[in-house]
Amino acid sequence: MIDLSLHILDIAENSITAGADEISIKIREDISENILEITVSDNGRGMDKETLLNVSDPFFSTKKVRSNIGLGIPLLKQMAEECGGKIEIETAEGRGTSVTASFQHDHIDRKPIGDIASTVSTLIFCHPGIRFIFEYRRNSGIFTLDTLELREELDGVPINSADVIKFIKDGISSWLKRP
Amino acid sequence: MAKLTISDLKQIKEKHKSTFTLREGGYRAKVTVHMGTCGIAAGARNIVNALMDEIGKSGADDIIVTTSGCAGLCSKEPMVTVEILNNPPVKYKELTEDGIREIFREHVLGGKIVDKFALVIGSETTY
Repeated sequence: MIDLSLHILDIAENSITAGADEISIKIREDISENILEITVSDNGRGMDKETLLNVSDPFFSTKKVRSNIGLGIPLLKQMAEECGGKIEIETAEGRGTSVTASFQHDHIDRKPIGDIASTVSTLIFCHPGIRFIFEYRRNSGIFTLDTLELREELDGVPINSADVIKFIKDGISSWLKRP
Repeated sequence: MAKLTISDLKQIKEKHKSTFTLREGGYRAKVTVHMGTCGIAAGARNIVNALMDEIGKSGADDIIVTTSGCAGLCSKEPMVTVEILNNPPVKYKELTEDGIREIFREHVLGGKIVDKFALVIGSETTY
């Protein structure tokens, strides 16, 4: 993975595979605390004890066909630990999972956030029925997007239509370019 | 760069309301982008971005794009599966942005399979 936005896409896709219909992506950058924290939470089926114990083993997967390896969490864990951070997972069977990865913000090996606007727009475009809550905090600023609220505003216009996706993508990119 | 404002959203809504008609029969074509860890690392998100762009430019409103997990052929990623109504699915491999744009125009819109990227035609169960 060349940047963190691709890891976020990967973890969110896991949530979708786990049957989630509500996914929250929260990013917090705090220069004064020297921390970058990413949390992806969902209301999917959650993990049992055995799965949770093995979740960072790349040769463990709950998938029984086509693939018997699971690299998403192990790659994110390795990346966080290489950058003075850690990964924390909270899960409850039938209620959902929350994955939090933290990084030392100024660590020389920390990959950039990357194109997070593309990650969010890709998720909404491909999964219009899922409620996505996106929050980006940077020092004192905050950007929030809730597709449930957006859908209400759109009043029947598909949320994954080209104009709406461009609106979302441009909105996130524009906010991130602020000083 | 555009700023996210309610007035922009209202404009989009009004524009679509004048052209938006409810469909009863679902979608004519489905494009599934393989979005396992391998696919994402190989560039699947760029494939979705190119599809978004092509769908926007074509004005087509009967195409659905979705994702799936790893198809078990990680070395062939990025991969997509194109399903046209009443036709067998076609799996495409080792795609680039130009490649998916060509597949969109030739196969999704035109109905003609693009042989040079095709991996398999028809449904498969396991590899």
